Amino acid sequence: MLIEYPWLIPLAPLVAFGINGLLGPRYLKKATGVIGSTGILVAFLLTVAMWRQGEYGQATLFQWVASGSLTVDVGFLVDELTIVMLLVVTGVSFLVHVYSIGYMAHDRSFARFFAWLPLFVFSMVMLVMANNFLTLFVFWELVGVCSYLLIGFWHDRESANNAAMKAFLVNRVGDFGFAIAVFMIFWNFRTLEYGEVLANLDSVESSTLLIIALLLFVGAMGKSAQFPLHIWLPDAMEGPTPVSALIHAATMVTAGVYMVARTIPIFEVHSAALIVVGGIGAFTALFAATIALAQTDIKRVLAYSTISQLGLMFLGLASGAYVAAIFHLATHAFFKALLFLGSGSVIHAMQDEQEMTKYGALRRKLKWTYGTFLVGGLALSAIFPLAGFWSKDEILAGAFIRGISGDGNPIFAFYWVVGLTVSLLTAFYTFRMVIMTFHGDARDKELHESAHESPAVMIVPLVVLALLAAGAGAVLGFPPEEGMVHDFLHNVPGTAHFELSGVQTIAIALAVISTAVALLGALSAYMIYSRRRPRAESIGRLVPGMHTLLYRKYYVDEIVDYGIVAVTKVIGFILWAIDAKIVDGLVNLLGWIVRSLSAVTRRVQTGQVQNYVFIMALGAVVSVGALAVFR
Amino acid sequence: MAESLNAYLYVGALLFAIGALGVLVRRSLIVVLLSIELMLQGVNLTMGAFAVFNEDMGGYVLMLISLTIAAAESVVGLAILVTVSRRVTELYSDRLKSLRW
Repeated sequence: MLIEYPWLIPLAPLVAFGINGLLGPRYLKKATGVIGSTGILVAFLLTVAMWRQGEYGQATLFQWVASGSLTVDVGFLVDELTIVMLLVVTGVSFLVHVYSIGYMAHDRSFARFFAWLPLFVFSMVMLVMANNFLTLFVFWELVGVCSYLLIGFWHDRESANNAAMKAFLVNRVGDFGFAIAVFMIFWNFRTLEYGEVLANLDSVESSTLLIIALLLFVGAMGKSAQFPLHIWLPDAMEGPTPVSALIHAATMVTAGVYMVARTIPIFEVHSAALIVVGGIGAFTALFAATIALAQTDIKRVLAYSTISQLGLMFLGLASGAYVAAIFHLATHAFFKALLFLGSGSVIHAMQDEQEMTKYGALRRKLKWTYGTFLVGGLALSAIFPLAGFWSKDEILAGAFIRGISGDGNPIFAFYWVVGLTVSLLTAFYTFRMVIMTFHGDARDKELHESAHESPAVMIVPLVVLALLAAGAGAVLGFPPEEGMVHDFLHNVPGTAHFELSGVQTIAIALAVISTAVALLGALSAYMIYSRRRPRAESIGRLVPGMHTLLYRKYYVDEIVDYGIVAVTKVIGFILWAIDAKIVDGLVNLLGWIVRSLSAVTRRVQTGQVQNYVFIMALGAVVSVGALAVFR
Repeated sequence: MAESLNAYLYVGALLFAIGALGVLVRRSLIVVLLSIELMLQGVNLTMGAFAVFNEDMGGYVLMLISLTIAAAESVVGLAILVTVSRRVTELYSDRLKSLRW
């Protein structure tokens, strides 16, 4: 029944945005927080209702474009994948909204914050509910706009403005690829609707599909921060911490993964596309995880961890462990939102200090934050039986089986090794972060003295998320490959799914291996940062320059600055010069000619009345004379 | 009779020419206005002469209209001169050149 009115779900946050945006700053003020949260809660409850009714299908709101053979509806597609995404997006967003009421309480732009936040959720909800590429693209862009507004929320800080601009521009690069992919899809399929496109894949040459797939992936790389378009995500930390949590966990970055998941049959036509997606995913996962090892800003560690985990999701999609990738998307949303909100709670307590070098020994002061953060950390490290374990383990198993099975590609076995290394590094940097923040001695006594636990409105979302991060994996994903989430997602049309039946022993062996690796990582972090045996510095000295390289994030920002931005500026300067000197010059030349000519002719206008009269009389005489002579 | 029509026409043309010369060469705006009147009277005289000699009332009618308009015109012209005289000290045509290039 609800399937006939799917637009009710995005309507709720949109209404909240409208009310808060129009009336918030002047009349509602603090009430905007409640209104915003209510809007998201309504959307969440409607999603739950839709899920419980179990009816799926499509619905058209109205016809948007009708031009020749191109018709585009604003339509909704509701299937199992949409439902999972909606539950994650609205659920996590709701908790973030509630948390923000506490976190942003002292901000003077409170109402503005609660206007943009529901708009962000609205865009994301529409993005996952769209049933064609154009609607997807429009809301894809709108998500980008909202991220710009929220990253640059504190617009009196220059760094925030720059970060917002960077996020937007880097996303444009990806969007460019995505836009071309949409053009090509329309050109080749004469339709933009998912269902029709995916049903007619045979009618288009596989090489064309490969190009489309890769261009779509470029779009996903921008939104989901894959190398080399990952550079905007760590800078996005300039926004308020709840925004970081929202961007990293529920909205924005998951859009790319969702889009690839939705269009995965296009990728599966050509194994090269899968190898590229898996390769970029695996490389990004490793790359970002190594950077996270050396960062000292708590939010930066989490940002690089997000990039790394997104890489794993793409690896999962490419390996055919489609369900596992979406499953990981969901669990990651829980524990990453938890970690971000937890870090926000710490930052709140430490008077906006984000450097972990100033933290330490906070576990007694921030009991609730510590407990929930630890749960999130364990989930991120994929320690049994927390959420991360179930989903990440399946991705790695998927890659391994893709690697050894006949119709797969051996390179996926290599990706599996990379994934295992990432597991090790993930556990290591997670526990480095936990130990540096909550254990050891207080490194800044003054800040430590004044630290205090956050209010209940912030703690309750943390606890809820901690429960989800702890339990969701086992509830949804047990037994492996046959859990609730697999059962729910396995009949989404067009999803190839690697059956693991008969290789259960391998799966268990793989699970044991990855758990052992994660424990090893956690243990080494404990030894190095808690027992100080061996000391971190002496390890750093083993490979000279390594720490600097990691700390400076492989100099990717600098390379982009000097390689791409500088070149763009030079080209821009040349174009500007051509425009200013040649194009404008021609126009000015014309003007100059007219002006010089008129400098001569205007002397006729003397302003002497009698001159005019004389000319008039002369004219009359000449005319009459001419009449007399020539008649 | 034909000869005497010519005499009227000569006088009319002379009046018109004197008036035109006055308009062209005198600096004083009041004299210029007077010269314009002179030109008009030349024309009126011509029209009156034609009316008499052709026995056509149209000439008188045209002359009367012209006289009336001339009266109105002098009023407007003098009013403009009064206004202008408030801005400049001397009513000379070469003082009023501010609207040129």
